[in-house]
Amino acid sequence: MGNEKINSSRRKFLKTTATLAGATIGYAWLKSSHVLLFAAEPKDESLPWYGIVIDIQKCIGCGNCAKACKKENDVPVEPFFFRTWVEQYTVKNDGTVNIVSPNGGIDGFTQTVPDEDIFKSFFVPKMCNHCSKSPCTQVCPVGATYESPEGVVLIDEKYCIGCRYCVQACPYGCRFIHPVKKVANKCTLCYHRLKKGLAPACMETCPTGARMYGNLRDKKSDLVKFLKEHTTQVLRPHLNTGSKLYYNALSSEVR
Amino acid sequence: MDPHYQHLYEILAHAQGYIFPNEIDLQWGILIVVYPFITGLVAGAFILASLERVFKVKILKPTYQIALLTALSFLLVATMPLISHLSQPQRAYEIMITPHSSSAMAIFGFVYLWYLAVVLLLEIWFDYRHSMVVWSNERKGVMKWVYKILTLGVNDISPRTIQWDRKLGHIITIVGIPSAFILHGYVGFIFGSLKANPWWSSPLIPIIFLFSAMVSGIALVMLVYMIVSFVRKKTIDLNVLDTIGKYLFFILILDFTLESLDQIHRIYEAEESFEIIKLLVSGKLYLTLFVAQGLIGTIIPLITLVFLQFYKHKIRLQKTMYFIVSIMVLIGVYSMRWNVVIGGQLFSKSFSGFTSFKVGLIGLDGTLMAAFWLMLPIGILAFLLWLLPPWKMVKEEE
Amino acid sequence: MKFYIPPQLPRLALAFGIFISLFLVVRHFLVPDTFGEYGHYRGASLIDNAKPEIHYAGQQACFKCHQDIEDKKAQDVHSDIHCETCHGPGQKHVVNSKAADILKPSGRDFCGSCHVINAGKQKSTINQIDLIKHNVGKNCIECHNPHQPWEMKK
Repeated sequence: MGNEKINSSRRKFLKTTATLAGATIGYAWLKSSHVLLFAAEPKDESLPWYGIVIDIQKCIGCGNCAKACKKENDVPVEPFFFRTWVEQYTVKNDGTVNIVSPNGGIDGFTQTVPDEDIFKSFFVPKMCNHCSKSPCTQVCPVGATYESPEGVVLIDEKYCIGCRYCVQACPYGCRFIHPVKKVANKCTLCYHRLKKGLAPACMETCPTGARMYGNLRDKKSDLVKFLKEHTTQVLRPHLNTGSKLYYNALSSEVR
Repeated sequence: MDPHYQHLYEILAHAQGYIFPNEIDLQWGILIVVYPFITGLVAGAFILASLERVFKVKILKPTYQIALLTALSFLLVATMPLISHLSQPQRAYEIMITPHSSSAMAIFGFVYLWYLAVVLLLEIWFDYRHSMVVWSNERKGVMKWVYKILTLGVNDISPRTIQWDRKLGHIITIVGIPSAFILHGYVGFIFGSLKANPWWSSPLIPIIFLFSAMVSGIALVMLVYMIVSFVRKKTIDLNVLDTIGKYLFFILILDFTLESLDQIHRIYEAEESFEIIKLLVSGKLYLTLFVAQGLIGTIIPLITLVFLQFYKHKIRLQKTMYFIVSIMVLIGVYSMRWNVVIGGQLFSKSFSGFTSFKVGLIGLDGTLMAAFWLMLPIGILAFLLWLLPPWKMVKEEE
Repeated sequence: MKFYIPPQLPRLALAFGIFISLFLVVRHFLVPDTFGEYGHYRGASLIDNAKPEIHYAGQQACFKCHQDIEDKKAQDVHSDIHCETCHGPGQKHVVNSKAADILKPSGRDFCGSCHVINAGKQKSTINQIDLIKHNVGKNCIECHNPHQPWEMKK
């Protein structure tokens, strides 16, 4: 009889202590990781903070960018793995939208819908958005993908365990598992070229200058000037990924 | 041509509408359907065991140890589908040494260890210790030492120490209930927190996972109890089945309500992903969602359970009905995992197309591997029931 | 007051203590050295990502030897197109022009990859031609100098 009374008060004490301890630990943990949970802040002011602009009005769907990317970055030529690709949107007069990306646009596009049925048509190059609040970085369980100090989202191929959580988390479909290396892979903004002062391969080979990259911190850069003079949008703004890929003339049909 | 690419070309031929070029292959396959199914069974079986201990549902006493040992058997296997699905399984240890605190998947290692060591193993240890000490004294040879090691050398079986076994076990059970919720709830959170996928992204998903886990665990314990009694040629206590059936009914109703709420909310809000999801549900997921999960897994068991609660007459048929109901419920919960995991990857993030999925038979990510991980716990359970037979335990005075 | 400690607790504390200590020791040896330098990742990975060889040299490298083409190109509508857009990756050729050649593309389909008429292309951005109608059977570069397209040959 007496045992039961002691048991219940001891139980209460244990419960209260556990709750308090849990709450304290939880708060401390949340506080320490707030940088990871919320906006990634560029720390080193001396480094560039890379952003990208794609001008949809300039893209002619030649596919040179996608072709060059595969050559530069040793991506298998099979039509299942793309660090970057080009889509063609054809909005017809009846309101339906036709979207295609044959082999990622590498071999160009042939027009299949006759001119008289077309309301409007345009090409949309896609690539990694190098988000500043990157959801793929957030979900990696081991720290194999990260935002570099320059704001480029990169993958540590030696550390990735291939759980594919990042592929699921990217809203833009940018990531894939490399069939040979068996780790996650994606556009690195040609980090190895950036470090040598060279442009990413896709931008080097774009004939119309539809793709631009630059230092968002440099107010005098062409990139920042473009952003100032044009109306730009990011994909999936409601998901708040902090995407640094700004599209000029992005039409509402694009996902 | 490389068989892997051959397989991808076949899928490409079956893709409908527009999918992003990288989305052709499904990233998470059948092993990722099996994993939440297994942890769900663990959490559910444990919750049922806790019902007996914490809420003192005395009728369930014969199922207590069976539920715990079933939970342990499945928990021991739980990591395997995950590791065998990784494309770099030899690096799996990285989750334990550098877990990324913002990733729900990273807490797996620690939640798993916590649940295994602090909850399940300890609870079983506290419950069996007295019997293991007695067995270590009675038995000879190898088994004597096996039991001695299992007791960790704590050979004191005085009434005071036995009472402490019970007290500490009780504390562990109480700690175990939220731990079981976290063990399976975090799996639901892995899906529910992905804003990129509208089929998954919902605060309801962790709760739905939990309730369907409880449903599956309860059904499994009912099934195991019936099979073990049959094998041991003991009569199945119908009161036990009726009580388990009652809990199964209530949790199943709650689970069904939550799932329906998720869908009704989706249908009502009809936000941008709704059109493609409507096509998904009425097309590729029709059989697994409406027939397997809905009809076989929920509606028919619910009606049967109500029927059995009101009409407790024909005994032979009743036991068979409980047997069939528990299997149907397990099929239903497995289908739910399939619908969530596979369903979420069948439609493109462009919301404009579908890819297709064909489960391979062989290979680390194939059906045979999945079946193996599901069968292995049964083998482990048989071993555990032999090593720690509940019916040979020292009878405690209440 | 004397606290009674049940015999299970010290034994369990010992078992857990051993396990946790073992884990911490093993972890110390397994965590990569540069982990956590800049964030929750292996700092050395930044170096790994900067290591790969480049395949495209950038047109400034081309101009070092081919100044005549640089001057020609600057005068006509292809002025903003970089060399490797058409000629493919040139780094190997820059390193050793005798050992590695570079693409010299020709053919209607090659020029057509940009210029073939398509409703998705803005007419203000690029001149488009219908390959089925325009000078069928002839190679584009028979009439157009690719570096100075409007300087018609003949």
